[in-house]
Amino acid sequence: MTYIKPKFRHPDLPKNAVGFTKTDYEGVISTLCAGCGHDSISGSIVQACYEMSIEPHRVAKLSGIGCSSKTPNYFLNNSHGFNSVHGRMPSVATGANMANRDLIYLGVSGDGDTASIGMGQFVHAIRRNLNMLYIVMNNGCYGLTKGQDSATADAGSVSKSGSVNPFEGIDLVGMALELGATFVARSFSGDKTQLVPLIKAALSHNGFALIDVLSPCVTFNNNVGSTKSYDYVRDHIEALAEIGYVPEKEEITVSYDRGSSVDVELHDGSSVQLHKLADGWDPRDRQAAMSRLQQAKAEGEILTGLVYVDPESKDLHEIIKSDKRPLNSLKEEDLCPGAGVLAMINDEFR
Amino acid sequence: MRNLTGVNDLVVRFANVNGTGSASANNMFAMSIFRMGIPMTAKNIFPSNIQGLPTWYEVRVSEKGYLGRREGVDIMLCVNPQSMKQDVASVKPGGYFLYDNTKNLHKDFIREDVNYIGIPMIGICMRLYSDARQRQLFKNMIYVGALAALLDIELEVVKGIIADEFKKKPKLIEPNVQAMMAGVNYIKENYEHPLGLRVERRDLVGDAIVIDGNTACGIGAVYAGATVAGWYPITPSTSLVEAFAKYSNRLRVDPETGLKKVAIVQAEDELAAFGMVLGANWNGARAFTATSGPGLSLMNEFLGLAYFAEIPAVLVDVQRGGPSTGMPTRTQQSDLLLAAYASHGDTKHVLLIPSNPSECFDFMADAFDLAERLQTPIIVMTDLDLGMNEHLSAPLKWDDARRYDRGKVYTAEDLDALSAMGKQFGRYLDVDGDGIPYRTLPATHPTKGSFFTRGTSHDEYARYTEDGVKNAQVLDRLSKKWDTAKEILPLPEFYQTQNESNIGMIFFGTTTYAALEAIDLLKQEEGITLDAMRATAFPFHASVEEFIEAHDQVFVVEQNRDAQFRTLLINELEINPKKLIKILNYDGMPITADAIRNGIAKHLEAIKL
Repeated sequence: MTYIKPKFRHPDLPKNAVGFTKTDYEGVISTLCAGCGHDSISGSIVQACYEMSIEPHRVAKLSGIGCSSKTPNYFLNNSHGFNSVHGRMPSVATGANMANRDLIYLGVSGDGDTASIGMGQFVHAIRRNLNMLYIVMNNGCYGLTKGQDSATADAGSVSKSGSVNPFEGIDLVGMALELGATFVARSFSGDKTQLVPLIKAALSHNGFALIDVLSPCVTFNNNVGSTKSYDYVRDHIEALAEIGYVPEKEEITVSYDRGSSVDVELHDGSSVQLHKLADGWDPRDRQAAMSRLQQAKAEGEILTGLVYVDPESKDLHEIIKSDKRPLNSLKEEDLCPGAGVLAMINDEFR
Repeated sequence: MRNLTGVNDLVVRFANVNGTGSASANNMFAMSIFRMGIPMTAKNIFPSNIQGLPTWYEVRVSEKGYLGRREGVDIMLCVNPQSMKQDVASVKPGGYFLYDNTKNLHKDFIREDVNYIGIPMIGICMRLYSDARQRQLFKNMIYVGALAALLDIELEVVKGIIADEFKKKPKLIEPNVQAMMAGVNYIKENYEHPLGLRVERRDLVGDAIVIDGNTACGIGAVYAGATVAGWYPITPSTSLVEAFAKYSNRLRVDPETGLKKVAIVQAEDELAAFGMVLGANWNGARAFTATSGPGLSLMNEFLGLAYFAEIPAVLVDVQRGGPSTGMPTRTQQSDLLLAAYASHGDTKHVLLIPSNPSECFDFMADAFDLAERLQTPIIVMTDLDLGMNEHLSAPLKWDDARRYDRGKVYTAEDLDALSAMGKQFGRYLDVDGDGIPYRTLPATHPTKGSFFTRGTSHDEYARYTEDGVKNAQVLDRLSKKWDTAKEILPLPEFYQTQNESNIGMIFFGTTTYAALEAIDLLKQEEGITLDAMRATAFPFHASVEEFIEAHDQVFVVEQNRDAQFRTLLINELEINPKKLIKILNYDGMPITADAIRNGIAKHLEAIKL
């Protein structure tokens, strides 16, 4: 096995609308275990960003600590990355976004990072509708410390060492819905067909977009009895809809049956196209989404797809009415009131 | 009984019930002294409570310009029966006790050596006002009027202050003047006035202003170009970010669109507040937060990350009484060691220590420049006394020619030029030999200049490494940067008389007021001359060590139990501990000149024996 990525690239690799090849969206070679679901998610991020013709340097990729949080190193080499501290990525992303609303913020976190130490920050990023894509690479266990249960591990799930998890697992999707998140999805790392369009739609969403991606840990949580193993997830998966992402100002070429689909237009003019599989499914109905999620849980299904989206969502900057220009671009003349105004301020204190 | 007498040298203390609207009346009294051109200092002594408990407000009037707290109360204005026993006890012999004599004073509160001045405040209010709230509020104005008559305060000055106070509610001006005059008239009809202890117009305040340090810091952050604040409310720092928000809303809003050139978010906790600050600074905005001891404890983890990943940040620590939750509404200087060495590993941080409001403003502006220049957190250390109490201060000054120092940031052109020279950008390369590397901001260049910010060990190109040698190289460069910092931080201030003395004194922050007065007291009353130095920053400039070396003994004055500043001196400068003598105060009240004078005099007397 080599950790050196060959630099040679075929000169005729296709380029996207902004002149980059898919390899321009890659990162350094992964140091995760061979077969790790997280690497598949990295691959989906690469594909989505390439296909959306995002300029890599316009993306800020941020993470906390853990296996999942290592992955920003494995995609988008020309993006600035920020590997913060355990569970605190949302606040760093919030500050970064406050400084420059024009960039694309992609946060990557794990179930340990999000559902335990980072729960407070995760919850409040949702509450503020921070304009970011928040991907949870959810494997129900702590990989870097060799397989302890995480807070998303299901009650009754058996770990590799044979112990049975006695506590209820936290369902991040249900929680996000309850908290008022404006884009909520769940997917499976092994299902690129579903995950790539979801990532594209989430990146186009104006506000907080959560994608909880079940990503089995091949080393510590892929055993019989685990409810986050590849086999278990494949056997219990229930997709809400077949998803197509339609970019802004591009002719719709995907063929579909109008009678059985719904288009959800996102803030930038692009849309998510959902081919209805579930009866009466409308991803704009939060109550229905919550109820469907509960139903799936009761039936032992793992519901995947776009669970909820609010196309009218207003992000943090719109809520706090901050300048449309990136705040980090403002100069002295925009910001400093000057000595004359200070003289008047002084007068108020006499 | 010999009554206290004198002009422009007194302490007046108000004993109120928290939440009864006394604060603005008490402040009007203090401002009337200021507007008569006499130096004064005012302090709130308040409980950690919203309503109902005893609260005090103390005004010291000092023609000599002493702005520290002075022990002993000359005039006590007591309208709180709950605290009356201790209030009566705190009056100096020959002093004056003003109280509401609508009801008779209980014999337990009678002292033979104190003058009692009864004013039927409730009685007057019952007669003049029918509304209960009015009765309560105007009672405060009645005692302001009574004090004005007793101390010979110019009534036109008080009326002017009332007019300013109610500029936006002009209907309230007349009733307040009426209440004030009811107090004046009662004194004129029933007591000899003015007292032997009184005030007299002077011209000693020049162009000074009266402002609290938190407000000055908040305005400083506006002028420094801060655009992002993440914060979490905590006494006594809350009003700092509130001031920043207030002045930003006033000065940084587009009148047409209503959009703000600032983003302020109240975080879920102090951890998140500082995370926001780091994210914003990493992304090229000037961002800050303000907190106090418990918040600083929570921010430790991020402070370590910021130090190691070299992210600029500005943090104001308005210190309160510790340890733990401690005394939230009392003052101390007891976060020094925590701030200086916050977080695990070999981590240390630059501290700026202002001593007065105008310096709060200046140091905030400096803090943002220094944070970006040094690419590290800058912690501005103030305390409750400076932050929440109003101080007589030089006016805030700004030079319009001043430009923000954004530090070493490569632009896209710089990166192209670097590349044309065959050089590679390395986030942590020491290009200039001063330990400070160059950074790039996200989205600077499509293919050059990106790097990974991380708290894990990294090489000069920001790549993860477990190579111990490379990690040590980064740590050594950070030490070099620390040495660079020493040269560019605000210089200490020296008060020396041609090196006449072999005794030195070091102080910093709000201890300065009392320390300067103590120097005078020592000279005039004890015949002791000493040299002094006011520290303004950590790490220490070379002149700090030189000052200590030039004196046989150095007193270090500070407001904490463990002599934390002394520890910093010993630790960083490798000074013999025996040379540094502790003068400490940690009762939560600002240290007094008497305490310093007595401490030093006692020590010197003891070693003579």
